[in-house]
Amino acid sequence: MKPSAFDYHAPRDVGEALEILAATAPHGKVLAGGQSLIPLLNMRLAAPAHLVDINRVPELDTIEAGGAGVRVGALARHAAVERSDSAARAQPLLRTALRHVAHPVIRNRGTVVGSLVHADPSAEMPAVLVVLGGSVRLARHGGGERDVPAADFFTGPMESAAEPGELAVSAFFPALTPRTGTAFAEVARRHGDYAVAGVAAVVSLDDDLRIRSARVACVSVGPRPAPLDVTEECGGRPAATVDWPSVARAVSLRVDPGDDIHATAGYRRHLTGVLAERALRVAAGEAADG
Amino acid sequence: MGEKLHEIRLTVNGVPRETRVPGRRLLSDCLRHDLGLTGTHVGCEHGVCGCCTVLLDGEPVRSCLTFAVTVDGREITTVEGLREPDGSLSPVQRAFSESHALQCGFCTPGFLCTVTALLRDNPAPSDDEVVEGISGNLCRCTGYQNIVKAVHRASELMGEAEGRS
Amino acid sequence: MTTKLFGEPVQRREDLRLITGEGRYLDDLGKDALAAAFVRSPHAHARIRGIDVSGALEVDGLVAVYTWEDLPEGVRDPLPLLIPHPALTHGRTAYPLARDVVRHVGEPVVMVVARDRYLAEDAAALIEVDYEFLKPVVGIEEAVQGVHLVHEDVPGNVGAHLVQEVPSPGGAGAREAVDAAPHVLAFRLDIERSASTPLEGRGVYARWDADDRSLRVYSSTQTSTSVRMAVAAKLGLPLPSVEVIAPDVGGGFGVKIVHPWPEEVLVPWAAMLLGREVKWAEDRREHFISSAHERAQVQHVRVGFDDEGRVLGLDVTILHDHGAYTPYGIIVPIITATQLLGPYRIGAYRVEFSSIYTNTVQVTPYRGAGRPQGVFCMERTMDRIAAHLGLDRTAVRAANFIQPGEFPYDQGLIFQDGRPLIYDSGDYPKSLSMLKELIGWDAFPQAKERAAAEGRRLGIGLACYVEGTGVGPYEGGHVQVTSDGRVHVSTGLTSQGQGHETVFAQIAATELGVPLDRVSVVTGDTRRFGYAVGTFASRAAVMSGNAIALAARKVRDKALRIAAEALEADPRDLEIEDGVVRVAGDPEASISLATVAVLSNPLRYAFDEEAKRATQFAGPASMDRPPVEAGEEPGLEGRDYYSPVRSTFASGMHAAIVETDPDTAEIRILRYAVVHDCGRLINPMIVEGQIHGGVAQGVGGALYERMVYDGHGQLLNASFMDFLMPYATEIPFVETAHLETPSPLNPLGVKGAGEAGVIPVSAVIAAAVEDAEGITVDRMPISPSELYELRRATAP
Ligand SMILES: Cc1cc2nc3c(=O)[nH]c(=O)nc-3n(C[C@H](O)[C@H](O)[C@H](O)COP(=O)(O)OP(=O)(O)OC[C@H]3O[C@@H](n4cnc5c(N)ncnc54)[C@H](O)[C@@H]3O)c2cc1C
Ligand code: FES
Ligand code: FES
Repeated sequence: MKPSAFDYHAPRDVGEALEILAATAPHGKVLAGGQSLIPLLNMRLAAPAHLVDINRVPELDTIEAGGAGVRVGALARHAAVERSDSAARAQPLLRTALRHVAHPVIRNRGTVVGSLVHADPSAEMPAVLVVLGGSVRLARHGGGERDVPAADFFTGPMESAAEPGELAVSAFFPALTPRTGTAFAEVARRHGDYAVAGVAAVVSLDDDLRIRSARVACVSVGPRPAPLDVTEECGGRPAATVDWPSVARAVSLRVDPGDDIHATAGYRRHLTGVLAERALRVAAGEAADG
Repeated sequence: MGEKLHEIRLTVNGVPRETRVPGRRLLSDCLRHDLGLTGTHVGCEHGVCGCCTVLLDGEPVRSCLTFAVTVDGREITTVEGLREPDGSLSPVQRAFSESHALQCGFCTPGFLCTVTALLRDNPAPSDDEVVEGISGNLCRCTGYQNIVKAVHRASELMGEAEGRS
Repeated sequence: MTTKLFGEPVQRREDLRLITGEGRYLDDLGKDALAAAFVRSPHAHARIRGIDVSGALEVDGLVAVYTWEDLPEGVRDPLPLLIPHPALTHGRTAYPLARDVVRHVGEPVVMVVARDRYLAEDAAALIEVDYEFLKPVVGIEEAVQGVHLVHEDVPGNVGAHLVQEVPSPGGAGAREAVDAAPHVLAFRLDIERSASTPLEGRGVYARWDADDRSLRVYSSTQTSTSVRMAVAAKLGLPLPSVEVIAPDVGGGFGVKIVHPWPEEVLVPWAAMLLGREVKWAEDRREHFISSAHERAQVQHVRVGFDDEGRVLGLDVTILHDHGAYTPYGIIVPIITATQLLGPYRIGAYRVEFSSIYTNTVQVTPYRGAGRPQGVFCMERTMDRIAAHLGLDRTAVRAANFIQPGEFPYDQGLIFQDGRPLIYDSGDYPKSLSMLKELIGWDAFPQAKERAAAEGRRLGIGLACYVEGTGVGPYEGGHVQVTSDGRVHVSTGLTSQGQGHETVFAQIAATELGVPLDRVSVVTGDTRRFGYAVGTFASRAAVMSGNAIALAARKVRDKALRIAAEALEADPRDLEIEDGVVRVAGDPEASISLATVAVLSNPLRYAFDEEAKRATQFAGPASMDRPPVEAGEEPGLEGRDYYSPVRSTFASGMHAAIVETDPDTAEIRILRYAVVHDCGRLINPMIVEGQIHGGVAQGVGGALYERMVYDGHGQLLNASFMDFLMPYATEIPFVETAHLETPSPLNPLGVKGAGEAGVIPVSAVIAAAVEDAEGITVDRMPISPSELYELRRATAP
């Protein structure tokens, strides 16, 4: 299990990275934390001719938390984002969800943006980006930057809107708005594994503490994390009187899981319902407290 | 035509080292086969077992999921570098032996590196924090019970050492 | 014998090098060796039409490429069938490189040697093999239909078929006894595939010395002596020209007892041919698809019993999946069939098994070696009987126990060593009462009720087993005291983490009366000890432990003889303590073992001060006697062997409390209790460690690990990402209690402990989940998804 040979590039800034990516497209791959890419290379399931290592581009190693939200640079490691108090204050779901991503040692290397571009439907961060309605900023040589909304970013299993030659420079996670709560629930076979099923939830209340909006995004139950709006199912009621089991059932009916070696589609659907109920209740509770 | 080699400098266990590696050389292979530090083990080469864990600027990382070129210029600590400056065993190493936290010893270097960083950041972890802290390292021999015990014991030893100084 | 060190939780002597990175595992050796890699079959069943290696020749750094055609006689022959058995009528083994047909994904087809492993893999990837697909046979169910065949000349895919039958005391056959019983149950049980999965894979490193025509092979093996014989035979070398060394081994658990692996023949052969050092270190994917698996069985049970739950007749039919080849014979199903009986006296027993070929990785022993399946069968049967009669599960077991006064107890079967299955000692009722106490069996129903009131589901389960350990034929030990007073112990069997260096040192130090730190132990190095069998079947402590004790006693006797002469005392008045031989009661009259060692070897040349004392003019010597008397040998050393008449039987009982989540169907083990009886404990710390590790592997097998093949014979989870070996987060704290019923069969009174922990775990967890859920569990492992589906299938 050794990677096949590639030409290694280590740009020092974004401009240089974009140039190399442009010159090598479509045969170049970005190397960020390597925690998803290198296993694939070691198993020779991927064999790009060029690897563009962005680990020496300090301008990508940023976490900017502000009133609007958190902008996470392409080199910000899971662990750094998880540890960042300002990021957690602006959008607590980041820290909550990151604790479910792999193990601490993997989080020391893996990047949030890498996780998004990798677009594994079993990964946590794509669901978080989707449920929050965030976006990914892509750049290409000579082409400037474009922000792709989460709903359009994930195009299929392990497929994102990032095109060959493009670099994802950052991702944006909108801030928590007032009277809003978030939650993340998942079941994994082993602690730290990719989820068998998982649900990220965001619930907002109006001034009368009625559900103004409720959204979830589900992990491992479809080709990509899709935003599911269940505001209507909540019927504009106060959190305490919402029929959460039936809302959760609505969620479980709208996902599209498949069978695999770890779980049947039926179980995943059921589990999504269970987790949706748990996550929505917690999120609604937090919204009421917040 | 041979592969392009990259000159790299690493500080490994405090010692500056230079070597030439192809871009694809995994840090684990570089340490083991280029630098002769075979204490770092390789059990899966896909990031799951944790045998290859080393400290990169003090933080535990998987050396099998890191290219040697990527860490050019950085500091690395492997199990060979865990002894105290005076050459005695570190509290973590002592605790592992005292608590019978190893059998075949293949996973042990990865655990030692992980736990060394864990206790540096959290000198007196709870049971749950210990288990979470070592949750990315597989051991096929011990059933982990004595490893958990060893982490607590190491924390105790470190406390004692500090109390004395 | 002083018992100072024997029985003490002495800290391990192997630890220092292992915690400082100074251990030497296979791939730590041979820095400059060439690397081997293999082209392995991507298909489960196919005929090789052609192999085009030309692509590989482009690779800079390529040294050699070999296919079966390139192999010379001997090397090219099928690998040996290690354990033939009359019932194994259709044993088949693989060629070291596939000849015409590949029979499982992962079978080696082409060997590549290159400057390093990266380049070897580059070359391997460029080799094209043209395959003609054959229909793969996957799964026991499909295989027994015999429509498609794994081996053309094995009809019905049946490799072996064996029936053993023990009639009731009244002479009734088991089927008759079942039919005549007041209660009869019939059911089917399933166990899936798993594997040893040591964290270090296999590996071989060979050095050919062309000058003195000798071969040195390092292998990550559980038997270096036997690898040596196999390699010498295959390569046509005189045995003395081959040495095999097992360096530090990163776990074995059974898979590394198989030998010679194709690589163990090919790597040394290539090293000889090329005149270069060659090394192969298996990677994780190779380990999944090219080593060995175990466990998969389908069992059909019929049991007849009386109102107290006493088993009057038991009739079991087992279908055992042994994969594509049978290099290790049918040891695994034989063990299942015989050890199934556990601690019970069964009225009449009939067991029949068929060992079946499938197009999957071969099956050879994995820790427990067939016992987990046997125990699963028997213990699930006990639970069914209890449920049927409405009796407490422990009461049914107690009603069937062999009683302490009944030993030696002959089960009337032939065990895996070809010898009668006679239990030597044990106290099962006492074990059970200790276990009930430890887990709180009697109080559990209240706890369960309380939890239920909170909407939580708890369940409790238990399982009992008896484990034949320390199987023969023999092991040996060599003990030498050198003139510096150090004691050098060696034995041929190998170590993979069991702490042999410590345990054997404890035995030798105790027997010889020397401090532990003066003793060093070498295992698994044929340069030091050439006769051995290997490390498996929980036999090391029993076999080598006793052999070393016997060898040490020889040395002790000789030391006392020599010391008696020097001290002009009666040897019977002498004792050895702290490395000094003393006349009891006369502290002045003493001589150190070091000096005794000097005196034991009459010298002509003095190479140091001590040695002077043994030279010709040193002291008063009898001029009428030769310096080395008839029957004596120079040196203070001894060699002895231990060869038991039959195995010794350890036993144990485990219980667990689990909680199942009513919504997510997750299964959590809240408590896990073990009562263990392996006779006298040499080092309780190490025995505990073995139990912890065994239980953890058992938990893996019960809740997480399985080898999933699809219908094409592709192993779908050949990685640690998907083969779910548990982390610390998945393993419960294990509470242990020990009972010590010494074995009357060996001088030390010990029994084996290496495998015990893993044996009953699937049975225990199945029972506990069943108790929590009120749903019958007859298939393991069980995942949350499966529990969910079970709930749905049984929902009213
Ligand atoms: C044992 C283990 C367990 C894991 N468990 C989980 C888990 O439970 N949940 C989870 O979500 N993840 C898990 N991961 C994956 C981990 O989170 C990864 O870090 C993450 O998926 C990818 O981030 P990375 O920085 O390592 O990306 P890399 O591996 O470097 O790259 C991944 C892919 O994204 C591309 N890419 C990366 N960055 C950019 C960029 N800036 N622009 C364009 N393309 C880019 C790469 O070319 C590559 O195709 C696990 C990994 C391991 C080894
Ligand atoms: S070898 Fe790196 S994690 Fe297993
Ligand atoms: S001690 Fe063997 S794998 Fe941990």
